[in-house]
Amino acid sequence: MRKLSPIARDGVRRRFRQAFTQTSFRHYSTALSLYLLAPLFAVLIAGFLYPIGHLVKLSLFSPGLDFSAYIRVFETPLYMAVMARTFRVALAVTVLSLLLGFPVAFAMARLKGRLALVAGAAVFVALWSPVLVRSYAWIVLLQRNGMVNQFLTETGITSEPLRLIYNESAVILAMTHVLMPFMILPIFAALRSVPGEYALAARNLGATATRAFFRVTLPLSLPGVFAGCVMCFILALGFYITPALIGGPGTLMMATLIGQQATALLDWPFAAALSTVLLCLTLFFVLVFRKVLSFNRGFHGVG
Amino acid sequence: MPDPYWRALVTLLIGSVLGAIFFFLVLPTLIIIPISLNTSNYIEFPPKALTLHWYRAYFNDPDWMAATFFSLKIAMATTVAATIIGTMTAIALVRGNLPGKSILQALTFSPMIVPHIVLGVALYLVFAPLRLTGNFLGFLIAHTVLAVPYVVLTVMAALQRFDFTIELAALSCGASRLRSFFSVVLPNIAPSIAIGAVFAFLSSFDEATVAFFISDTGGKTISRKMFEDIDFNLTPVIAAVSTIMVGLSVFLMAIIHHVKART
Repeated sequence: MRKLSPIARDGVRRRFRQAFTQTSFRHYSTALSLYLLAPLFAVLIAGFLYPIGHLVKLSLFSPGLDFSAYIRVFETPLYMAVMARTFRVALAVTVLSLLLGFPVAFAMARLKGRLALVAGAAVFVALWSPVLVRSYAWIVLLQRNGMVNQFLTETGITSEPLRLIYNESAVILAMTHVLMPFMILPIFAALRSVPGEYALAARNLGATATRAFFRVTLPLSLPGVFAGCVMCFILALGFYITPALIGGPGTLMMATLIGQQATALLDWPFAAALSTVLLCLTLFFVLVFRKVLSFNRGFHGVG
Repeated sequence: MPDPYWRALVTLLIGSVLGAIFFFLVLPTLIIIPISLNTSNYIEFPPKALTLHWYRAYFNDPDWMAATFFSLKIAMATTVAATIIGTMTAIALVRGNLPGKSILQALTFSPMIVPHIVLGVALYLVFAPLRLTGNFLGFLIAHTVLAVPYVVLTVMAALQRFDFTIELAALSCGASRLRSFFSVVLPNIAPSIAIGAVFAFLSSFDEATVAFFISDTGGKTISRKMFEDIDFNLTPVIAAVSTIMVGLSVFLMAIIHHVKART
């Protein structure tokens, strides 16, 4: 048989496939697909890729190659403390969201009837309230003459109003509230795909309810747990609105430090360097955990 | 230990923990409603008397109205742009014959992952010299970038569910590719496109971080105006605006719920 060149062989193979597997019906041509993607590319370049590239360039050139902004980030103890706090808060928010979110997801997946409706509605309202509104609500609750302090002084638990806001615990609490739905929804989606009969089967074989949960239900829900944790952690790392409103000068995180440098001190090259560091950290975690990260898991699980 | 008592105790314990968590989840959102109806200038709970004063104050304040209409205009334009671009992208990603599809997909969803503060600073630096800050076009570009992934997600899911042999049937009955798309595929994925459009609208209307950076005195969104007021003068008008925003969000999501239940 005559030997075919690799290109000709590919051609034969493609025609063969087209004739027998109807891929040409299932798939649009590459050219048409690229036309369909063209508007997306245009918007992404104008509103995403070019601005971010510009930002990275600004942090590195002034106008010659200059790493001084980065050296400042990594050599100033204050900024290293900010970075450490960012990780600490993000981790605390993730753990707290998991501890509070798992029971909610479990209840949503297992409850029946009216209770299920109430649980679904609660998560639904919390998830779809704007972040700004929820941060505002926490200020109302926690400020000096806020509701929690009113309650505490009126019932005589404390004589003086407590300083509940503008500290790290308040930031963690409010951020947990804002980011919890990102934990609940993937876990809910995972739990819903585990039939309740599995746990029943385990009980039938003699396991206690606790054992059935820890040996059957929990392991099967782990993909949702991982997806929720990664999503929560990544979002917490770069979160701006809540720490900006609820945090104080002593609770600067990466995002609020960038905001401060950009809007109050107008030190744009330094803000750009900090942004680039935050961006790289986020992308690093996304790349490391890309296997467990799934955007659509849970996103459609609402309601 | 008597078993029924033990079980009742455990049920009670689990129930109260769950109740507390749900309370934590909804309380901050619901608390703004009584505050917005309170007569007092200070935040009081429970309110002594009810009034719609703060809502009137909101509707009579030209600054709030300007910010609201600016936000609505941006959100509607963003919805149109993001729905069209997102649908085209989803079709290409699901049905297209594309090399490096996973990379294209990652690029499409990357605006969801990049911290909004980074994008806000980056957009400000590029838009300010071009006079695109506080500008309708600037916001349209920024919010379309952020809204497209939501549309792509919902439409991609619909296209993956769609049984393409139905389209094949149309083609073998003599319909052109274009015709089979518009009269067979499109009607099937239309509910999902509508859901994606609502997500796009809300993602623009509620967006606060990027809007904080690319607003200016000439043009600011409702979220930027709210951020400023929370920071400088904490009046119950903010509670009234918050209640309206939550109401709008929940109303639109209820529509989605309804559309989903019907499909």
